Amino acid sequence: MAKITFISHDGKEQIVDVAEGWSLMEGAVKNSVPGIDADCGGACACATCHVYVDPAWTAALPPKSDSEEAMLDFALVTSPNSRLSCQIKVTAALDGLIVRVPVSQH
Amino acid sequence: MEAPNLQVMSEKLIIIGAGQAAAQAVQSLRAEGFGGAITLVGDEAYPPYQRPPLSKAYLLGSFARERLFLKSDSFYDESDCELILGTRATAIHRAEKSVDLSDGRKLSYDKLLLTTGTKVRKLKCPGADLPGVYYLRDIADVDGLQTAFQPGTRIAIVGGGYIGLEVAAVAAKRGLDVTVFEAMDRLMARAVSTTVSDFYAAEHEKAGVKLKLRTGVEAFEGDGKVQQIRAGGQLYPADIVLIGIGVLPNDELATRAGLASEDGIVVDQNGRTGDPSIFAAGDCTRHIGREGTAIRLECVQNAIDQAKHCALAIAGKPKTYSEVPWFWSDQYDLKMQIAGLARPGDQIVLRGDPATRKFAAFHMRDGAVVAVEAVNAAPDYLAGRKWIAQGARIAPHKLADISVPLKEMA
Repeated sequence: MAKITFISHDGKEQIVDVAEGWSLMEGAVKNSVPGIDADCGGACACATCHVYVDPAWTAALPPKSDSEEAMLDFALVTSPNSRLSCQIKVTAALDGLIVRVPVSQH
Repeated sequence: MEAPNLQVMSEKLIIIGAGQAAAQAVQSLRAEGFGGAITLVGDEAYPPYQRPPLSKAYLLGSFARERLFLKSDSFYDESDCELILGTRATAIHRAEKSVDLSDGRKLSYDKLLLTTGTKVRKLKCPGADLPGVYYLRDIADVDGLQTAFQPGTRIAIVGGGYIGLEVAAVAAKRGLDVTVFEAMDRLMARAVSTTVSDFYAAEHEKAGVKLKLRTGVEAFEGDGKVQQIRAGGQLYPADIVLIGIGVLPNDELATRAGLASEDGIVVDQNGRTGDPSIFAAGDCTRHIGREGTAIRLECVQNAIDQAKHCALAIAGKPKTYSEVPWFWSDQYDLKMQIAGLARPGDQIVLRGDPATRKFAAFHMRDGAVVAVEAVNAAPDYLAGRKWIAQGARIAPHKLADISVPLKEMA
Protein backbone atom coordinates (compact mmCIF):
# COMPACT_ATOMS: atom_id res chain seq x y z
CA MET A 1 0.00 0.00 0.00
CA ALA A 2 1.09 3.54 -0.72
CA LYS A 3 -0.61 6.63 0.66
CA ILE A 4 -1.48 9.04 -2.13
CA THR A 5 -2.80 12.55 -1.55
CA PHE A 6 -5.22 13.96 -4.12
CA ILE A 7 -5.82 17.70 -3.84
CA SER A 8 -8.94 18.98 -5.59
CA HIS A 9 -9.06 22.25 -7.53
CA ASP A 10 -10.55 23.98 -4.48
CA GLY A 11 -7.84 22.76 -2.16
CA LYS A 12 -9.58 19.80 -0.47
CA GLU A 13 -7.22 16.95 0.36
CA GLN A 14 -8.15 13.28 0.16
CA ILE A 15 -5.61 10.66 1.17
CA VAL A 16 -6.20 7.17 -0.21
CA ASP A 17 -4.35 3.88 0.19
CA VAL A 18 -3.54 2.37 -3.18
CA ALA A 19 -2.31 -1.22 -3.58
CA GLU A 20 1.06 -1.68 -5.21
CA GLY A 21 0.70 -2.66 -8.84
CA TRP A 22 -2.55 -0.75 -9.27
CA SER A 23 -2.69 2.47 -11.20
CA LEU A 24 -3.07 5.82 -9.51
CA MET A 25 -6.34 6.21 -11.44
CA GLU A 26 -7.78 2.97 -10.01
CA GLY A 27 -7.01 4.16 -6.49
CA ALA A 28 -8.78 7.44 -7.22
CA VAL A 29 -11.87 5.96 -8.88
CA LYS A 30 -12.47 3.25 -6.29
CA ASN A 31 -12.34 5.90 -3.61
CA SER A 32 -14.53 8.33 -5.56
CA VAL A 33 -11.90 11.07 -5.71
CA PRO A 34 -13.87 13.89 -7.37
CA GLY A 35 -12.58 15.03 -10.74
CA ILE A 36 -11.03 11.74 -11.91
CA ASP A 37 -13.48 10.46 -14.53
CA ALA A 38 -11.39 7.77 -16.25
CA ASP A 39 -13.97 7.21 -18.98
CA CYS A 40 -11.99 4.51 -20.76
CA GLY A 41 -11.25 2.37 -17.74
CA GLY A 42 -7.50 2.89 -17.78
CA ALA A 43 -6.37 2.26 -21.33
CA CYS A 44 -4.61 5.57 -21.99
CA ALA A 45 -7.40 6.35 -24.42
CA CYS A 46 -9.48 9.21 -23.09
CA ALA A 47 -7.42 11.81 -21.19
CA THR A 48 -10.03 12.13 -18.42
CA CYS A 49 -7.79 11.04 -15.54
CA HIS A 50 -5.42 13.98 -15.93
CA VAL A 51 -3.55 15.10 -12.79
CA TYR A 52 -0.78 17.57 -11.97
CA VAL A 53 2.06 15.88 -10.12
CA ASP A 54 3.55 17.81 -7.22
CA PRO A 55 6.88 19.25 -8.44
CA ALA A 56 8.73 17.43 -5.66
CA TRP A 57 7.58 14.10 -7.12
CA THR A 58 7.86 14.49 -10.90
CA ALA A 59 11.35 12.98 -11.01
CA ALA A 60 10.23 9.91 -9.03
CA LEU A 61 7.84 8.87 -11.81
CA PRO A 62 8.73 6.89 -14.91
CA PRO A 63 8.77 9.04 -18.06
CA LYS A 64 5.68 9.48 -20.25
CA SER A 65 5.20 7.10 -23.16
CA ASP A 66 4.48 8.44 -26.64
CA SER A 67 0.83 7.47 -26.32
CA GLU A 68 0.50 9.28 -22.99
CA GLU A 69 2.03 12.39 -24.59
CA ALA A 70 -0.40 12.09 -27.50
CA MET A 71 -3.40 11.80 -25.19
CA LEU A 72 -2.30 14.66 -22.95
CA ASP A 73 -2.64 16.81 -26.05
CA PHE A 74 -6.39 16.36 -25.58
CA ALA A 75 -6.48 17.18 -21.86
CA LEU A 76 -7.55 20.66 -20.82
CA VAL A 77 -4.97 23.12 -19.45
CA THR A 78 -1.87 20.95 -19.30
CA SER A 79 1.50 21.86 -17.82
CA PRO A 80 4.88 20.10 -17.82
CA ASN A 81 3.90 18.18 -14.66
CA SER A 82 0.67 16.89 -16.24
CA ARG A 83 0.23 13.10 -16.26
CA LEU A 84 -2.52 10.61 -16.97
CA SER A 85 -3.07 8.85 -13.66
CA CYS A 86 -3.96 5.55 -15.39
CA GLN A 87 -0.38 5.37 -16.66
CA ILE A 88 1.24 5.69 -13.24
CA LYS A 89 1.73 2.31 -11.59
CA VAL A 90 1.85 2.60 -7.82
CA THR A 91 4.92 1.24 -6.05
CA ALA A 92 6.21 1.51 -2.47
CA ALA A 93 8.50 4.29 -3.71
CA LEU A 94 5.44 6.44 -4.38
CA ASP A 95 4.23 6.35 -0.76
CA GLY A 96 3.47 9.98 0.06
CA LEU A 97 2.92 11.09 -3.55
CA ILE A 98 0.90 14.29 -3.93
CA VAL A 99 -1.10 15.10 -7.07
CA ARG A 100 -3.57 17.86 -7.90
CA VAL A 101 -6.81 17.29 -9.79
CA PRO A 102 -7.90 19.78 -12.46
CA VAL A 103 -11.21 21.67 -12.33
CA SER A 104 -12.65 19.60 -15.16
CA GLN A 105 -11.67 16.67 -17.37
CA HIS A 106 -13.99 17.70 -20.22
CA MET B 1 -20.71 18.11 -2.36
CA GLU B 2 -23.66 20.46 -2.02
CA ALA B 3 -25.97 21.23 0.87
CA PRO B 4 -28.58 18.47 1.12
CA ASN B 5 -31.92 19.12 -0.55
CA LEU B 6 -34.42 19.15 2.33
CA GLN B 7 -37.23 17.74 0.18
CA VAL B 8 -35.34 14.53 -0.38
CA MET B 9 -33.76 14.20 3.08
CA SER B 10 -36.21 11.61 4.34
CA GLU B 11 -36.89 9.71 1.13
CA LYS B 12 -36.18 6.01 0.83
CA LEU B 13 -34.58 4.98 -2.42
CA ILE B 14 -34.14 1.37 -3.51
CA ILE B 15 -31.81 0.50 -6.38
CA ILE B 16 -32.42 -2.90 -7.96
CA GLY B 17 -29.48 -4.42 -9.84
CA ALA B 18 -25.88 -4.01 -8.66
CA GLY B 19 -23.89 -3.13 -11.77
CA GLN B 20 -22.08 -0.15 -13.25
CA ALA B 21 -25.16 2.10 -13.28
CA ALA B 22 -25.94 1.30 -9.64
CA ALA B 23 -22.45 2.19 -8.39
CA GLN B 24 -22.53 5.43 -10.37
CA ALA B 25 -26.00 6.27 -9.06
CA VAL B 26 -24.92 5.88 -5.42
CA GLN B 27 -21.91 8.13 -5.99
CA SER B 28 -23.88 10.75 -7.96
CA LEU B 29 -26.88 10.77 -5.59
CA ARG B 30 -24.64 11.63 -2.67
CA ALA B 31 -22.63 14.13 -4.71
CA GLU B 32 -25.90 15.83 -5.76
CA GLY B 33 -27.03 16.13 -2.17
CA PHE B 34 -29.56 13.29 -1.92
CA GLY B 35 -29.81 12.80 1.85
CA GLY B 36 -32.33 9.96 2.02
CA ALA B 37 -31.73 6.28 2.70
CA ILE B 38 -30.26 4.20 -0.15
CA THR B 39 -30.59 0.43 -0.37
CA LEU B 40 -28.90 -1.49 -3.20
CA VAL B 41 -30.22 -4.96 -4.01
CA GLY B 42 -28.15 -7.27 -6.25
CA ASP B 43 -28.63 -10.91 -7.19
CA GLU B 44 -24.94 -11.73 -7.54
CA ALA B 45 -22.76 -12.33 -4.51
CA TYR B 46 -20.57 -9.33 -5.36
CA PRO B 47 -20.90 -5.57 -5.04
CA PRO B 48 -20.88 -3.71 -8.38
CA TYR B 49 -17.95 -4.63 -10.60
CA GLN B 50 -16.64 -3.84 -14.07
CA ARG B 51 -17.89 -6.26 -16.71
CA PRO B 52 -15.72 -5.13 -19.66
CA PRO B 53 -12.50 -6.80 -18.37
CA LEU B 54 -14.31 -10.15 -18.00
CA SER B 55 -13.93 -11.08 -21.67
CA LYS B 56 -10.49 -9.47 -21.87
CA ALA B 57 -7.80 -9.14 -19.17
CA TYR B 58 -9.71 -11.08 -16.48
CA LEU B 59 -10.23 -14.08 -18.78
CA LEU B 60 -6.57 -13.90 -19.76
CA GLY B 61 -5.66 -14.08 -16.07
CA SER B 62 -3.78 -10.78 -16.07
CA PHE B 63 -6.30 -8.89 -13.94
CA ALA B 64 -7.02 -9.94 -10.35
CA ARG B 65 -10.61 -10.23 -9.19
CA GLU B 66 -10.22 -7.45 -6.56
CA ARG B 67 -9.44 -5.02 -9.35
CA LEU B 68 -12.82 -5.64 -10.98
CA PHE B 69 -14.75 -4.01 -8.16
CA LEU B 70 -15.86 -0.51 -9.06
CA LYS B 71 -15.60 0.89 -5.55
CA SER B 72 -13.53 0.34 -2.42
CA ASP B 73 -14.98 -1.85 0.34
CA SER B 74 -15.66 1.18 2.49
CA PHE B 75 -17.42 3.20 -0.23
CA TYR B 76 -20.92 1.86 0.46
CA ASP B 77 -20.60 2.43 4.21
CA GLU B 78 -19.23 5.90 3.69
CA SER B 79 -22.05 6.61 1.25
CA ASP B 80 -24.57 5.33 3.78
CA CYS B 81 -25.81 2.74 1.29
CA GLU B 82 -27.12 -0.58 2.55
CA LEU B 83 -26.02 -3.50 0.33
CA ILE B 84 -28.30 -6.52 0.04
CA LEU B 85 -26.40 -8.99 -2.14
CA GLY B 86 -27.14 -12.51 -3.34
CA THR B 87 -30.80 -11.54 -3.26
CA ARG B 88 -33.29 -10.97 -6.07
CA ALA B 89 -36.14 -8.53 -6.17
CA THR B 90 -39.14 -10.67 -7.12
CA ALA B 91 -41.97 -8.14 -7.40
CA ILE B 92 -42.70 -4.42 -7.35
CA HIS B 93 -46.00 -3.31 -5.82
CA ARG B 94 -46.48 0.17 -7.22
CA ALA B 95 -49.70 1.01 -5.37
CA GLU B 96 -48.17 0.40 -1.94
CA LYS B 97 -44.64 1.33 -3.08
CA SER B 98 -42.89 -1.80 -1.95
CA VAL B 99 -40.56 -4.44 -3.31
CA ASP B 100 -40.54 -8.17 -2.47
CA LEU B 101 -37.16 -9.85 -2.11
CA SER B 102 -36.27 -13.49 -2.70
CA ASP B 103 -35.33 -13.86 0.99
CA GLY B 104 -38.94 -13.13 1.95
CA ARG B 105 -38.43 -9.51 2.98
CA LYS B 106 -40.60 -6.65 1.82
CA LEU B 107 -39.00 -3.19 1.53
CA SER B 108 -40.91 0.04 1.11
CA TYR B 109 -39.69 2.86 -1.10
CA ASP B 110 -40.40 6.44 -2.05
CA LYS B 111 -38.29 6.23 -5.21
CA LEU B 112 -37.11 3.18 -7.10
CA LEU B 113 -34.21 2.94 -9.55
CA LEU B 114 -34.02 -0.10 -11.83
CA THR B 115 -30.49 -0.91 -13.02
CA THR B 116 -31.16 -4.55 -13.81
CA GLY B 117 -28.93 -4.79 -16.89
CA THR B 118 -29.19 -7.64 -19.32
CA LYS B 119 -29.03 -11.41 -19.55
CA VAL B 120 -27.45 -13.47 -22.31
CA ARG B 121 -29.56 -14.52 -25.25
CA LYS B 122 -29.63 -18.32 -25.19
CA LEU B 123 -29.14 -20.36 -28.32
CA LYS B 124 -32.04 -22.71 -28.79
CA CYS B 125 -30.80 -25.74 -30.66
CA PRO B 126 -30.34 -29.44 -29.87
CA GLY B 127 -27.53 -30.04 -27.38
CA ALA B 128 -27.36 -26.41 -26.22
CA ASP B 129 -27.49 -27.51 -22.58
CA LEU B 130 -24.65 -30.06 -22.83
CA PRO B 131 -21.79 -29.65 -20.34
CA GLY B 132 -18.95 -27.74 -21.99
CA VAL B 133 -21.25 -25.12 -23.50
CA TYR B 134 -20.57 -21.73 -21.89
CA TYR B 135 -21.94 -18.20 -21.94
CA LEU B 136 -20.15 -15.11 -20.65
CA ARG B 137 -21.87 -12.48 -18.57
CA ASP B 138 -20.61 -12.53 -15.01
CA ILE B 139 -17.61 -13.43 -12.85
CA ALA B 140 -18.91 -16.96 -12.24
CA ASP B 141 -19.19 -17.59 -16.00
CA VAL B 142 -15.57 -16.59 -16.59
CA ASP B 143 -14.27 -18.56 -13.63
CA GLY B 144 -15.98 -21.63 -15.14
CA LEU B 145 -14.69 -20.97 -18.65
CA GLN B 146 -11.14 -20.32 -17.40
CA THR B 147 -10.75 -23.84 -15.97
CA ALA B 148 -11.41 -25.22 -19.46
CA PHE B 149 -9.01 -22.74 -21.09
CA GLN B 150 -6.00 -25.00 -21.68
CA PRO B 151 -3.51 -24.83 -24.56
CA GLY B 152 -4.55 -27.15 -27.38
CA THR B 153 -8.21 -27.20 -26.33
CA ARG B 154 -10.52 -26.82 -29.31
CA ILE B 155 -12.96 -23.99 -28.67
CA ALA B 156 -15.92 -23.26 -30.92
CA ILE B 157 -17.18 -19.71 -30.54
CA VAL B 158 -20.72 -19.04 -31.68
CA GLY B 159 -21.19 -15.39 -32.62
CA GLY B 160 -18.65 -13.02 -34.18
CA GLY B 161 -19.58 -9.97 -32.10
CA TYR B 162 -17.58 -8.15 -29.42
CA ILE B 163 -17.80 -10.93 -26.82
CA GLY B 164 -17.06 -13.77 -29.23
CA LEU B 165 -14.09 -11.99 -30.77
CA GLU B 166 -12.61 -10.77 -27.48
CA VAL B 167 -12.75 -14.36 -26.21
CA ALA B 168 -11.28 -15.57 -29.53
CA ALA B 169 -8.34 -13.19 -29.10
CA VAL B 170 -7.66 -14.33 -25.54
CA ALA B 171 -8.05 -17.99 -26.51
CA ALA B 172 -5.66 -17.66 -29.46
CA LYS B 173 -3.14 -15.95 -27.19
CA ARG B 174 -3.46 -18.81 -24.69
CA GLY B 175 -2.78 -21.41 -27.38
CA LEU B 176 -6.27 -22.79 -27.86
CA ASP B 177 -7.45 -23.98 -31.26
CA VAL B 178 -10.15 -21.40 -32.10
CA THR B 179 -13.02 -21.47 -34.59
CA VAL B 180 -15.61 -18.68 -34.76
CA PHE B 181 -19.04 -19.33 -36.30
CA GLU B 182 -20.97 -16.27 -37.46
CA ALA B 183 -24.33 -16.38 -39.21
CA MET B 184 -23.89 -12.98 -40.91
CA ASP B 185 -21.48 -12.37 -43.79
CA ARG B 186 -19.06 -10.29 -41.70
CA LEU B 187 -17.82 -9.82 -38.13
CA MET B 188 -19.43 -7.37 -35.66
CA ALA B 189 -21.96 -6.54 -38.38
CA ARG B 190 -24.33 -4.89 -35.92
CA ALA B 191 -21.65 -2.58 -34.50
CA VAL B 192 -19.02 -1.60 -37.06
CA SER B 193 -18.56 -0.71 -40.74
CA THR B 194 -17.40 -3.18 -43.37
CA THR B 195 -13.91 -1.64 -43.40
CA VAL B 196 -13.46 -2.39 -39.71
CA SER B 197 -15.07 -5.85 -40.00
CA ASP B 198 -12.70 -6.82 -42.78
CA PHE B 199 -9.67 -5.48 -40.90
CA TYR B 200 -10.55 -7.54 -37.80
CA ALA B 201 -11.26 -10.66 -39.86
CA ALA B 202 -7.74 -10.45 -41.29
CA GLU B 203 -6.21 -9.88 -37.83
CA HIS B 204 -7.99 -12.91 -36.36
CA GLU B 205 -6.92 -15.09 -39.26
CA LYS B 206 -3.33 -13.92 -38.81
CA ALA B 207 -3.56 -15.09 -35.17
CA GLY B 208 -4.65 -18.53 -36.35
CA VAL B 209 -8.37 -18.16 -35.65
CA LYS B 210 -10.56 -19.98 -38.17
CA LEU B 211 -13.57 -17.89 -39.23
CA LYS B 212 -16.74 -19.53 -40.52
CA LEU B 213 -18.91 -16.68 -41.82
CA ARG B 214 -22.46 -17.18 -43.14
CA THR B 215 -22.49 -20.31 -41.01
CA GLY B 216 -25.41 -20.84 -38.67
CA VAL B 217 -25.11 -23.40 -35.89
CA GLU B 218 -27.60 -26.27 -36.02
CA ALA B 219 -26.71 -28.49 -33.06
CA PHE B 220 -24.17 -29.49 -30.44
CA GLU B 221 -23.49 -33.18 -30.09
CA GLY B 222 -21.60 -35.33 -27.63
CA ASP B 223 -21.76 -38.16 -25.15
CA GLY B 224 -22.22 -36.58 -21.72
CA LYS B 225 -20.45 -33.40 -22.86
CA VAL B 226 -20.09 -31.41 -26.03
CA GLN B 227 -17.75 -33.08 -28.55
CA GLN B 228 -18.77 -31.61 -31.87
CA ILE B 229 -20.74 -28.83 -33.40
CA ARG B 230 -22.95 -29.10 -36.46
CA ALA B 231 -22.93 -25.90 -38.49
CA GLY B 232 -23.71 -25.11 -42.11
CA GLY B 233 -24.38 -28.80 -42.67
CA GLN B 234 -20.89 -29.85 -41.53
CA LEU B 235 -19.46 -31.34 -38.34
CA TYR B 236 -16.61 -29.65 -36.47
CA PRO B 237 -14.92 -31.21 -33.42
CA ALA B 238 -14.99 -29.04 -30.28
CA ASP B 239 -13.94 -29.56 -26.66
CA ILE B 240 -15.72 -26.46 -25.42
CA VAL B 241 -18.20 -23.97 -26.83
CA LEU B 242 -18.66 -20.30 -26.00
CA ILE B 243 -21.88 -18.69 -27.13
CA GLY B 244 -21.96 -14.91 -27.54
CA ILE B 245 -25.04 -14.01 -29.54
CA GLY B 246 -26.19 -10.91 -27.71
CA VAL B 247 -28.13 -9.95 -24.64
CA LEU B 248 -31.72 -9.21 -23.67
CA PRO B 249 -32.88 -6.56 -21.20
CA ASN B 250 -33.88 -7.68 -17.72
CA ASP B 251 -37.28 -6.04 -17.89
CA GLU B 252 -39.56 -8.71 -16.44
CA LEU B 253 -39.72 -7.13 -12.99
CA ALA B 254 -40.80 -3.85 -14.61
CA THR B 255 -43.31 -5.33 -17.04
CA ARG B 256 -44.92 -7.49 -14.34
CA ALA B 257 -45.47 -4.25 -12.43
CA GLY B 258 -47.21 -2.77 -15.49
CA LEU B 259 -44.35 -0.55 -16.70
CA ALA B 260 -43.85 -0.27 -20.45
CA SER B 261 -41.01 -2.12 -22.11
CA GLU B 262 -40.17 -2.23 -25.80
CA ASP B 263 -37.10 -4.43 -25.73
CA GLY B 264 -35.99 -2.19 -22.86
CA ILE B 265 -37.78 -0.41 -20.03
CA VAL B 266 -39.10 2.79 -21.58
CA VAL B 267 -37.69 5.92 -19.92
CA ASP B 268 -37.83 9.62 -20.71
CA GLN B 269 -34.85 11.97 -21.03
CA ASN B 270 -34.56 12.25 -17.24
CA GLY B 271 -34.50 8.46 -16.84
CA ARG B 272 -38.06 8.29 -15.52
CA THR B 273 -40.41 5.44 -16.43
CA GLY B 274 -44.17 5.90 -16.85
CA ASP B 275 -44.41 5.85 -13.03
CA PRO B 276 -43.07 9.15 -11.64
CA SER B 277 -41.56 7.33 -8.63
CA ILE B 278 -39.65 4.78 -10.72
CA PHE B 279 -36.48 5.44 -12.71
CA ALA B 280 -34.29 3.15 -14.79
CA ALA B 281 -30.74 3.41 -16.13
CA GLY B 282 -28.29 1.45 -18.26
CA ASP B 283 -28.53 -1.55 -20.59
CA CYS B 284 -32.06 -2.43 -19.40
CA THR B 285 -33.59 0.80 -20.75
CA ARG B 286 -34.90 2.18 -24.00
CA HIS B 287 -34.70 5.93 -24.37
CA ILE B 288 -35.01 8.60 -27.04
CA GLY B 289 -31.45 9.14 -28.25
CA ARG B 290 -29.95 12.45 -29.29
CA GLU B 291 -30.95 11.74 -32.89
CA GLY B 292 -34.58 11.53 -31.83
CA THR B 293 -35.18 7.81 -32.23
CA ALA B 294 -35.83 5.23 -29.50
CA ILE B 295 -32.71 3.19 -28.77
CA ARG B 296 -31.42 0.66 -26.28
CA LEU B 297 -27.66 0.87 -25.74
CA GLU B 298 -25.39 -1.78 -24.27
CA CYS B 299 -22.40 0.13 -22.99
CA VAL B 300 -20.61 1.53 -19.97
CA GLN B 301 -21.11 5.09 -21.19
CA ASN B 302 -24.89 4.87 -21.15
CA ALA B 303 -24.91 3.11 -17.77
CA ILE B 304 -22.80 5.89 -16.25
CA ASP B 305 -24.51 8.82 -17.93
CA GLN B 306 -28.09 7.62 -17.43
CA ALA B 307 -27.31 6.88 -13.79
CA LYS B 308 -26.00 10.42 -13.40
CA HIS B 309 -29.17 11.80 -14.99
CA CYS B 310 -31.41 9.67 -12.77
CA ALA B 311 -29.48 10.88 -9.72
CA LEU B 312 -29.99 14.48 -10.82
CA ALA B 313 -33.73 13.95 -11.30
CA ILE B 314 -34.11 12.13 -7.96
CA ALA B 315 -32.20 14.94 -6.24
CA GLY B 316 -34.64 17.41 -7.77
CA LYS B 317 -32.32 18.79 -10.47
CA PRO B 318 -33.44 17.10 -13.71
CA LYS B 319 -31.31 17.54 -16.83
CA THR B 320 -32.09 16.35 -20.36
CA TYR B 321 -30.06 13.35 -21.51
CA SER B 322 -28.33 13.86 -24.87
CA GLU B 323 -24.92 12.25 -24.50
CA VAL B 324 -22.85 10.87 -27.37
CA PRO B 325 -22.62 7.09 -26.94
CA TRP B 326 -19.19 5.50 -26.95
CA PHE B 327 -17.88 1.94 -26.92
CA TRP B 328 -14.60 0.09 -26.95
CA SER B 329 -13.22 -3.36 -27.60
CA ASP B 330 -9.78 -4.86 -26.92
CA GLN B 331 -8.63 -7.66 -29.21
CA TYR B 332 -4.93 -8.61 -29.31
CA ASP B 333 -2.96 -5.36 -29.18
CA LEU B 334 -5.74 -3.54 -31.02
CA LYS B 335 -7.76 -0.93 -29.19
CA MET B 336 -11.01 -0.17 -30.95
CA GLN B 337 -12.93 2.91 -29.84
CA ILE B 338 -16.23 4.00 -31.28
CA ALA B 339 -18.27 7.13 -30.67
CA GLY B 340 -21.68 7.97 -32.08
CA LEU B 341 -24.12 5.73 -33.92
CA ALA B 342 -23.44 4.96 -37.56
CA ARG B 343 -26.21 4.20 -40.04
CA PRO B 344 -26.19 2.47 -43.39
CA GLY B 345 -25.73 5.10 -46.07
CA ASP B 346 -23.33 7.31 -44.10
CA GLN B 347 -20.36 8.59 -46.08
CA ILE B 348 -17.21 6.97 -44.70
CA VAL B 349 -13.94 8.90 -44.66
CA LEU B 350 -10.88 6.83 -43.86
CA ARG B 351 -8.02 8.54 -42.05
CA GLY B 352 -4.87 6.42 -41.99
CA ASP B 353 -4.18 3.08 -43.64
CA PRO B 354 -5.54 -0.12 -42.03
CA ALA B 355 -2.34 -1.84 -43.20
CA THR B 356 -0.47 0.23 -40.58
CA ARG B 357 -2.87 -1.13 -37.88
CA LYS B 358 -3.70 2.44 -36.91
CA PHE B 359 -6.61 4.18 -38.59
CA ALA B 360 -10.01 5.74 -38.11
CA ALA B 361 -13.22 5.58 -40.12
CA PHE B 362 -15.28 8.76 -39.77
CA HIS B 363 -18.96 8.59 -40.65
CA MET B 364 -20.44 11.72 -42.19
CA ARG B 365 -24.11 12.55 -42.69
CA ASP B 366 -25.25 15.78 -44.35
CA GLY B 367 -21.71 17.11 -43.99
CA ALA B 368 -21.44 16.54 -40.25
CA VAL B 369 -19.44 13.92 -38.36
CA VAL B 370 -21.91 11.48 -36.76
CA ALA B 371 -19.69 8.55 -35.75
CA VAL B 372 -16.06 7.50 -35.58
CA GLU B 373 -14.49 4.06 -35.40
CA ALA B 374 -10.85 4.29 -34.36
CA VAL B 375 -8.34 1.46 -34.19
CA ASN B 376 -5.16 2.19 -32.20
CA ALA B 377 -5.97 5.84 -32.88
CA ALA B 378 -7.21 7.32 -29.61
CA PRO B 379 -6.60 10.95 -30.67
CA ASP B 380 -8.86 10.45 -33.72
CA TYR B 381 -11.50 8.94 -31.48
CA LEU B 382 -11.34 11.83 -29.02
CA ALA B 383 -11.46 14.44 -31.77
CA GLY B 384 -14.35 12.61 -33.42
CA ARG B 385 -16.31 12.38 -30.20
CA LYS B 386 -15.94 16.11 -29.68
CA TRP B 387 -17.01 16.86 -33.26
CA ILE B 388 -20.08 14.62 -32.95
CA ALA B 389 -21.18 16.46 -29.81
CA GLN B 390 -20.67 19.79 -31.59
CA GLY B 391 -22.27 18.68 -34.86
CA ALA B 392 -19.03 19.84 -36.51
CA ARG B 393 -18.76 19.87 -40.28
CA ILE B 394 -15.34 18.79 -41.49
CA ALA B 395 -14.17 18.77 -45.10
CA PRO B 396 -13.71 15.09 -46.05
CA HIS B 397 -10.54 15.72 -48.08
CA LYS B 398 -8.88 17.36 -45.05
CA LEU B 399 -10.01 14.58 -42.73
CA ALA B 400 -8.57 11.93 -45.03
CA ASP B 401 -5.19 13.72 -45.16
CA ILE B 402 -3.04 12.54 -42.25
CA SER B 403 -0.62 15.40 -42.86
CA VAL B 404 -3.33 17.78 -41.59
CA PRO B 405 -3.32 17.63 -37.76
CA LEU B 406 -6.64 16.85 -36.04
CA LYS B 407 -6.50 20.14 -34.18
CA GLU B 408 -6.57 22.06 -37.48
CA MET B 409 -9.74 20.42 -38.82
CA ALA B 410 -12.66 22.21 -37.24
